[in-house]
Amino acid sequence: MIEIKNVSKWYGSFQVLTDCTTQVSKSEVVVVCGPSGSGKSTLIKCVNGLEPFQKGSVVVDGIAVEAPKTNLPKLRARVGMVFQNFELFPHMTITDNLVIAQIKVLGRSREEAEDKGLKLLDRVGLKSQAAKFPGQLSGGQQQRVAIARALAMDPICMLFDEPTSALDPEMINEVLDVMVQLAHEGMTMMCVTHEMGFARKVAHRVIFMDRGAIVEDAAKEEFFGQPRSERAQSFLAKILQH
Amino acid sequence: MSDFDFSVITANWAFLAQGLRYTLQVTITAMIGGILIGTVLALMRLSSITPLQWFAAGYVNIFRSVPLVQVILAFYLILPLVLQMVTGKQMPIGAANSAYFTFTIFEAAYYSEIMRSGIQSVPRGQVAAGYAMGFTYGQTMRFVVLPQAFRNMLPVLLTQTIILFQDVSLVYAIGATDFFGAADKITQRDLRPVEMYTTVAVVYFIICFTLSRLVKWLQSHIAIIR
Repeated sequence: MIEIKNVSKWYGSFQVLTDCTTQVSKSEVVVVCGPSGSGKSTLIKCVNGLEPFQKGSVVVDGIAVEAPKTNLPKLRARVGMVFQNFELFPHMTITDNLVIAQIKVLGRSREEAEDKGLKLLDRVGLKSQAAKFPGQLSGGQQQRVAIARALAMDPICMLFDEPTSALDPEMINEVLDVMVQLAHEGMTMMCVTHEMGFARKVAHRVIFMDRGAIVEDAAKEEFFGQPRSERAQSFLAKILQH
Repeated sequence: MSDFDFSVITANWAFLAQGLRYTLQVTITAMIGGILIGTVLALMRLSSITPLQWFAAGYVNIFRSVPLVQVILAFYLILPLVLQMVTGKQMPIGAANSAYFTFTIFEAAYYSEIMRSGIQSVPRGQVAAGYAMGFTYGQTMRFVVLPQAFRNMLPVLLTQTIILFQDVSLVYAIGATDFFGAADKITQRDLRPVEMYTTVAVVYFIICFTLSRLVKWLQSHIAIIR
């Protein structure tokens, strides 16, 4: 589904990604973790072309993201993305947030889009909030709406870029619950997150990044059991201490 | 000139009202046209295409470096010549009409700077979210960035419009009859400058003060809840 091959990226002379190679199969859940500044977010943003890269290739469902001929908007419409800061459109109601891209990008009718959007809103437990504006919702609620908004596009896979990092602790679980449910339904997911509980529960594979490179790419059991690299071992020891 | 005689106002009210109407028409035309052109200029300035950046930067810098009254005069003189070159016919467009054009073009430079900071006030994550939904550049601007930029900048846009409303009085330089121009013409004839200019000042004050109160109100009522 997602193939990342030898991707390297520089900001000027500073290299942020070094020869990253991995893949995500259909219905697979892959968690990407690592210290801040390790390039996790940059890597996931290469998948839908939000971040350009200078070397290597990313192929999503058979389409090369970096190819000049690729219709990026069309490809992105099929790849759902959830951001750290939710990024709901603050000047639109929750309903409009859910339907705008369905109408303007997929060409659905307003009724069809609303039907779909409100069903998904109900699924994330927020049906009663449809007429409100994003600013009137809590962070956890906003993030659940953001997930519903991405799902409304019927994506072939979902990218999560630290979806719980900007949330108050008591709101993290309501978002993770939605993500766990999604994983159980067989959604292909690539998640940048530090939630190791989530990784243990649903991830098939865990990727550990450090200084722009993929240091460890292992099955979950292997990663949590005995990571091969010293760097991953010390990272895990630090975040699993408490 | 011993007593004040405000009958000069009542006797000429219709003429003054006509001038005020013209002032408002130029203001509204230049506001709408200026914001539209200004938004395009702002997008050009912020684009990654160097010639477009240069064009927009040049446009803004030129019009912001020249006194408005000089631009009014220049366009009044040059515009008919340009039209004649393009159409091959003599086209005397007149002072009143040339002002619509001049103010729209001139104000666009100022509105574009306001829209530019408005666009930059929209967080980058919003642009990324727009693209991630499958929007094109144009759709991202239209549905995500510009509505927020416009809302954020509405008070400043209106403040600029108040300045524009006052600046329309400069058309007296080319003899067009705006509100101030009408008052000026009556004064030349009836020689009642104190009554006339006082009244004009009061009317300007009432309109501008009301608008600036509106700006204050908007500032507290339309802010996007974040």
